[in-house]
Amino acid sequence: MTYDVVVIGAGPAGMSAAIQLRKAGIAVAAVDEQAAPGGQIWRGVERNAGPVSAALGADYQKGATLVEAFRDSGAEYLPATQVWQIEEGWNLFLTSEGKARRIKARAVLLANGAQERPVPFPGWTLPGVMTVGAAQILLKSGGMLPEGEVWIAGAGPLPLLYATQVLGLEGRIAGFLDTSKRPGLAALSSLPGAWRDIPGLLKGVRWLWDLKRSGRMVRGFSDLHAEGEGRLQHLQWRAGNEQRKVRADVLLVHEGVVPRIHETMALGCVHDWNSDQNYFSARLDQWGETSRPGLFVAGDAGGIGGWLAATLSGEIAALGIARYLGGSPDADSLRREAGLDERLSRARALRPFLDALYPPPAEHLADEVVVCRCEEVTAGQIRAVAKVSAPDPNAVKAATRCGMGPCQGRQCGYTVQALVAEVHGLPLADVSFFNIRPPLKPVTLGEIAALGDLEEA
Amino acid sequence: MNADILVIGGGLHGLSAALQSARRGASVILVERHFLGRHASGATAAGVRTLGRDPAELPLSLEAAGMWHEMAELVSDDCGFTACGQLQVAEDEAALSKIKARVRALQSKGFMHETMIGLEEMQELVPDLSPHCLGGAWVSGDGSADPHRTICAFRDAALRAGVEIHEECLVTGLQRRNDRWQAQTSRGVFEASIIVNAGGAWADQVAALAGEPVQQSIRTSMMVVTERTQTRVKPVVSSLGKKLSFKQTAQGTMVIGGGSQGRLAADRQSASVDFVALAASVGAAVRLFPKTKGLRIVRTWAGMEAMTRDHLPVIGFSRGAPGLIHAFGFSGHGFQLVPSVGRVVADLACKGQTRHDLGAFDVERLSKERAAA
Repeated sequence: MTYDVVVIGAGPAGMSAAIQLRKAGIAVAAVDEQAAPGGQIWRGVERNAGPVSAALGADYQKGATLVEAFRDSGAEYLPATQVWQIEEGWNLFLTSEGKARRIKARAVLLANGAQERPVPFPGWTLPGVMTVGAAQILLKSGGMLPEGEVWIAGAGPLPLLYATQVLGLEGRIAGFLDTSKRPGLAALSSLPGAWRDIPGLLKGVRWLWDLKRSGRMVRGFSDLHAEGEGRLQHLQWRAGNEQRKVRADVLLVHEGVVPRIHETMALGCVHDWNSDQNYFSARLDQWGETSRPGLFVAGDAGGIGGWLAATLSGEIAALGIARYLGGSPDADSLRREAGLDERLSRARALRPFLDALYPPPAEHLADEVVVCRCEEVTAGQIRAVAKVSAPDPNAVKAATRCGMGPCQGRQCGYTVQALVAEVHGLPLADVSFFNIRPPLKPVTLGEIAALGDLEEA
Repeated sequence: MNADILVIGGGLHGLSAALQSARRGASVILVERHFLGRHASGATAAGVRTLGRDPAELPLSLEAAGMWHEMAELVSDDCGFTACGQLQVAEDEAALSKIKARVRALQSKGFMHETMIGLEEMQELVPDLSPHCLGGAWVSGDGSADPHRTICAFRDAALRAGVEIHEECLVTGLQRRNDRWQAQTSRGVFEASIIVNAGGAWADQVAALAGEPVQQSIRTSMMVVTERTQTRVKPVVSSLGKKLSFKQTAQGTMVIGGGSQGRLAADRQSASVDFVALAASVGAAVRLFPKTKGLRIVRTWAGMEAMTRDHLPVIGFSRGAPGLIHAFGFSGHGFQLVPSVGRVVADLACKGQTRHDLGAFDVERLSKERAAA
């Protein structure tokens, strides 16, 4: 099957782009891993109602309108489908219901969003420790709340939002270990821009206030340990000269989100380093096109901006794709008339403030902490190898198997990069990332073997 | 920076030549433009195989086989080598008679390392093998090693022997002056009497810099690694006429290779996986081992390696450039030869000669000038 455009991801950016592309009469397939449209932010929005929907808040409910427009857009929607390989030209290899197949496209839009930044610390691999994002998936998927002594540790808008949602559903949070920095000069100096998004800012204040009122808020601590026999039982941290220990059944961690880059990395696109938030993202032109002609990126996958910015960058990329395919000579004027750039800059106004308030964590990693969960490689092993290798994470990968497991370095990539930089005394920006090897998602030998009799299906 | 010998290329062949030259008392510098083992040496299936070798390679391959069994003597580590055996199966009568003919021909020349085995013995060696296989050739002393452990062991041994290693060091120019080579690199100028060209997929560029253009192409063989599994397959298994080699690593993962080719980038600096082409190897693997059908693939890649017209390596002195020794063009089966070829290159570099007949590996057969004439 050949489409004009294949959009990967049916979240805010992918849905907005698909709708826009259909308006221009372009044949679109939208492939998504989830069973229903909405992405992470609006997961389950068509199904959730009543108190769960109310607790998830106004921004969540806004998703229903876009999902409906997407359903009506005429885009061919392929839910519960994984894209495990993209080859230039463009061939996309998909799996759904245990069957692999190939589709073709003249252009591809990656709107596959972000992932939580993995931050290893002692005990992070214990059962009972999970990410806030994973907990929120459970909440959106079936209104499930964590039980027992529930602690949250981290920084960024998501833990606050999640805590507020839990409290709104009469859940209980035993405590919140806030790892964010006090708003310093850098954050304050970016406020004039931030104030253009007053509703966004007020919401943040309300979350904080709700949380302080309802539970324990811990600030200015260090040396967090999760401990327990076979599963999480206690948390320990140091506050000043004092060692604190509390009982804990669940610890939810979150240190911000970073773009998904495995797809663009695997395709050898040019990437830039974001030194405010310590992540790579594909270099995009003003239409969202990468260094590979015909490959576009929109939404958080191209740099973290939140859902509103994602919808707008999706619309811009759709115009760019129409222009690329030769069907839209008036893309520039459409972009101007819709005021997309002004709206996008308004949607991003709070970002410099958030970046300054929630810098990526930089705590020293103890040698005994496991960095690669798949292959159980510790920070100490990585440092030892990095010392005798060229400053390249791939040399560490080859020598330690770190990043060779099923997650393909999604969990350890940035940590290995940081350790290599530390050992060689280099700035992070000067150290590269793992070479990304296909498949992007695990696929079985049987599925690949069946590709041998592949015809244009 | 001065030395007796400058080795260009930090793959296993470069490391082995550097190590064994340094052991003979030479001062050796090795330069590698990325990091050690970045390309073929890190991308290899690491088969230690005399089975099915071109007869021209057999003397070097059999010497290497002996060295693999005593690898700790060379590099103080066994490099993860296990003599689990290599089995080449025949899936039809035509394949079986070809294998039989080869083994007979070898034995008539006195090479007894390959033996024929029948169905029963094969099922005993590899219980999960599909029953449609008819028989095969077996070498019990062959096996496989751990490529990354091998790289580390050769690097550490080379460093202990006094080899000076420079990574991220690209050679940009080579000049011969007063019986010495001068090499311009991204990390300064190096001088040496002898240069060893172990440049792998880019060895033709090194040869061109030294004034000896050669014809070489690049192989981009693909590999597949699966998740860990309980299934136990002990030997390395291949199938005559199929692009397949199949083994299980010490970690429990399955590694499938066998020469299906990926895509070479236009700039010849990288290669990518072609899944439709890969399906041939994977299909062959699933036919041989039906139980592996549900195993999930964790990783695939396409390595890069120099390939010659006749699939034989280039080993020996340059014809046009004095003081230049070639060791490249292993065409996808050089891993096993690392210890013996390093020994031969060290002989050439340190003594100017070797007892091995290198006639089949003469660079002259790939000379661009000869092709033009």
